[in-house]
Amino acid sequence: MGIIHPSTKDFDQLLQTNEVVLVDFWATWCGPCLMLAPVIEEISKKYEGKAVVAKVDVDVERALAEHYQIMSIPTVLVFKKGELIGREIGAAAASVYETMIENAL
Amino acid sequence: MESTMTDIAIIGGGPAGLSAAINVIARGKSTRVFSTKNNYLERAARIDNYLGMEAANGAAMMESFRQHAKSLGASLETGKIITILPVSDYFMLNFNGTIVQAKTVILAIGAAKQKPLPGEEQFLGQGVSYCATCDGMMYRGKKAVVYGLADEAVEEANHLQQIGVNVTFISAKQRPADLASAVQFISGAVTAIEGETIVQAVQVNATSIETDVVFILRNVIVPTALCKGLSLQDGFLAVNRDMETNIPGIFACGDCNGKPLQIAKAVGEGLIAAQQASKYIDDQKK
Repeated sequence: MGIIHPSTKDFDQLLQTNEVVLVDFWATWCGPCLMLAPVIEEISKKYEGKAVVAKVDVDVERALAEHYQIMSIPTVLVFKKGELIGREIGAAAASVYETMIENAL
Repeated sequence: MESTMTDIAIIGGGPAGLSAAINVIARGKSTRVFSTKNNYLERAARIDNYLGMEAANGAAMMESFRQHAKSLGASLETGKIITILPVSDYFMLNFNGTIVQAKTVILAIGAAKQKPLPGEEQFLGQGVSYCATCDGMMYRGKKAVVYGLADEAVEEANHLQQIGVNVTFISAKQRPADLASAVQFISGAVTAIEGETIVQAVQVNATSIETDVVFILRNVIVPTALCKGLSLQDGFLAVNRDMETNIPGIFACGDCNGKPLQIAKAVGEGLIAAQQASKYIDDQKK
């Protein structure tokens, strides 16, 4: 299914209907976010069928970014059964996100 | 996101970084040296313990180091590296907002003589930021404090004001002449960062100043903020005798590795880091 781009209004449903969801909060003007993009893509392929990987543009979905107190981007959140269980601020190596997902699976 | 791959990115243009540069070039590898304008050696009036150079002047010494590197074709670029991100078998670096790719990285970033401010680590990413150009857009229409401990801080404060952030600039010095007139100025030092889950205020001169974010702009960035997961020992980068850090492909040399903070040691470590980084690339090909 690849990376999905949920809007504020279907975000809750996304969390409710999927066991493990990783969300990358980013913006087009953010250098480190662009660096992180290929890493997130790699993760989405690796966990295809096990975890859903989503990207949220904080400029487009401001309400969502505010709700999760995203104050620095990139910020990656991991949810398990709708509950926030992990937050990683700043671009990190793939292994960091893999561990977050593994902990949720 | 266009960028070409360089063999070895060297971060820091002091004795360690430039020594690494000439030795990388001697091994036929491509390199780019990134450094800020700030340099300790430049300000040293007299150096008496560097072999072959009696009573040397710091600025003159730096100039001769730079000339040597340039004469061999080293590319010396001024600006700040904000993040280093390991990606499978290479590295991405954020250089003033531009993405640079390199097969290996040599850190020669100097000694960070600083302690984090109370609250700094706790609120990192929750209202504490080291990069105005990275996070500034998140704070349009909000209040920001820029704590200017580096020359480049004025530029970053002006940038924030320009994109619509309400900026207060704090510095121990006088109001900088080139600070935009719309930016408020307070002379003093930030002594603490306060809030519950996110930043709400900073303490300056025993007064609480409300803010949504504080940008702490220092000359030297803490290595662990530069690249997540780097191991430290007593506040310095932990390396082995081959100048390898705990992250494969990242090497470190000079003052950032710890004492003695001396030119001869920095130059020697630069050589080792260059050799090992070159070897690392050759081994990858096998």
